[in-house]
Amino acid sequence: MDKKLTPAVKIEKIHKSFGQLHALNGIDLTIEQGEFFGLLGPNGAGKSTLINILAGLLKPTQGKVAIMGHDVVDNYQAARMSLGVVPQELVFDPFFNVREMLRFQAGYFGRGRENDAWVDEVIENLGLTDKAQTNMRKLSGGMKRRALIAQALVHKPPVIVLDEPTAGVDVELRQMLWAFIKKLNNDGHTIILTTHYLEEAETLCERVAMMKQGKIVALDTTSNLLSKLPGKNLRLTLGQASLPSTLLPMLKNGENGIFTLALTELNQIEFALSELRKANISVQDMQLIEADLEDVFMSLVGEKAGGEKSDVQIHLGDA
Amino acid sequence: MNLIDNLISPQWRGTYTLFKKELFRFWRVAFQTVASPVLTSLLYLLIFSHVLENHVQVYKDVPYKAFLIPGLIMMSLLQNAFANSSSSLVQSKIMGSIVFVLLTPISYAQFFIAFLAAAIIRGFLVGFSIYFVAIWFVDLSIVHPLWIFVFALLGSALLGTFGIIAGIWSDKFDQMAAFQNFVIMPLTFLSGVFYSIHSLPPFWQAVSKFNPFFYMIDGFRYGFFGQSDISPWLSFVVVLSFLLGLAWLALKMLKSGYKLRA
Ligand SMILES: Nc1ncnc2c1ncn2[C@@H]1O[C@H](COP(=O)(O)OP(=O)(O)OP(=O)(O)O)[C@@H](O)[C@H]1O
Ligand SMILES: [Mg+2]
Repeated sequence: MDKKLTPAVKIEKIHKSFGQLHALNGIDLTIEQGEFFGLLGPNGAGKSTLINILAGLLKPTQGKVAIMGHDVVDNYQAARMSLGVVPQELVFDPFFNVREMLRFQAGYFGRGRENDAWVDEVIENLGLTDKAQTNMRKLSGGMKRRALIAQALVHKPPVIVLDEPTAGVDVELRQMLWAFIKKLNNDGHTIILTTHYLEEAETLCERVAMMKQGKIVALDTTSNLLSKLPGKNLRLTLGQASLPSTLLPMLKNGENGIFTLALTELNQIEFALSELRKANISVQDMQLIEADLEDVFMSLVGEKAGGEKSDVQIHLGDA
Repeated sequence: MNLIDNLISPQWRGTYTLFKKELFRFWRVAFQTVASPVLTSLLYLLIFSHVLENHVQVYKDVPYKAFLIPGLIMMSLLQNAFANSSSSLVQSKIMGSIVFVLLTPISYAQFFIAFLAAAIIRGFLVGFSIYFVAIWFVDLSIVHPLWIFVFALLGSALLGTFGIIAGIWSDKFDQMAAFQNFVIMPLTFLSGVFYSIHSLPPFWQAVSKFNPFFYMIDGFRYGFFGQSDISPWLSFVVVLSFLLGLAWLALKMLKSGYKLRA
């Protein structure tokens, strides 16, 4: 078989229960080599659980996962060689400095001194050069996050999984990180990303899966998902005035006198403007915006990606 | 270390790196992990030998001071082998940094070997340090060096393995400390570090024979004086059996992913 045909990640019928809690409920997903893939979903959807199963940190209750064709249970050594995971939790080893820790990490994967140049390249690309000799304990939160990302890359894995790598990091690192990750993607590495910043996913990911309560509710290319949603958004700046009640059913959000209305058809603009005129409200500014991934997410998942609605419903047992 | 790096086959480089990291981990805090147990043992030596010197004669021709040293060395060696693997595991579990090892191709058996080897080295380092300091003060013979080595190795391996089990099982430092305070301390103190079990009433002599620490210390002391409460061969068999039993349990826990991979 042609090696290029082996999927980077093949997930088949994965279920995971924690006692009564059915955290993953039959996940099937194939990610091809070289993809930049987004795994989205509200808090508690099961993204990290799925990633931990890929990484061998959790055992699935049912189902199979293969990384680059290697089963994560039966052939775990080859599977883990092929995988680099940035965990969501900010963990670190307090005994060592950044460079020592990265060299140890590479060593765990069987890499020797020949790998040191790559370690230094990772350090540089993540803006850690100044901190390379600093003990992990003394790094700021964002710097610890960088080191955590670096740790996943030291053995040059063909498949890289980043579980919310940009949580709590500044704009500079985000840009630096995405430039580096894009470069790795161009070099052929497969990237799997979870994030709650949907603009990030929209610009970076070619394909996304949206998860909700342990299931995949949408799986398509980012552009298909966006085009499936015919609507556009109308953003109105009304100053002090409030929105006429007839327009409330269309309201997506409104704050500081700026209201965003979701349109399913363009002639709704006419309607909106006439209602405003009737109510004697003058429009200070008006914009027509394409629907974004946030809208797709809202329509599929029924809540905001940022997890404002934090008490996510949980599917309990088989009842 | 560069030379060793190149000699080791890639499949074992991960194990060797983990071992090396475990060594650095305690060496970075050597004051606490090596110097402090050495000092404690020397204080024991100073106080007990002064207080008991003229009251206790365990073996003929062996002054009490000399009798005491092998027991103290073994006691510290055992405690430190245990402390190394257990505290490293509990700490990395609490910090979460254990995932860095769990994400790698290092197998459960290799994981065991790396932690065990580091525990043995820490035990030996503390044991040797006490020996080298103690011989400045006391004349100490060595009759059978090989037995000394064998019992030091088996003892540190046994306690290193026990430390791995305790480290995997414990979720908090208190739980690990409970192993130390309620299992290891009583068993070492009741094993004949400070006395020969022949000086005990028959009932307590019989009880001592169920204590694996008694065999480790008695066999180890045989290497120094050529005299012991029981045959070193018997001690060897008992200690080895305990080691194999605990190693089997530790490997079983690691293989199943107990408390490490849910
Ligand atoms: N070790 C565990 N034991 C019990 N329940 C768990 C465990 N890990 C996760 N869960 C539960 O499984 C569900 C999925 O959690 P998971 O961490 O995968 O969500 P997520 O999609 O990564 O969320 P977030 O966006 O907040 O990171 C949650 O209800 C969570 O409470
Ligand atoms: Mg998560």
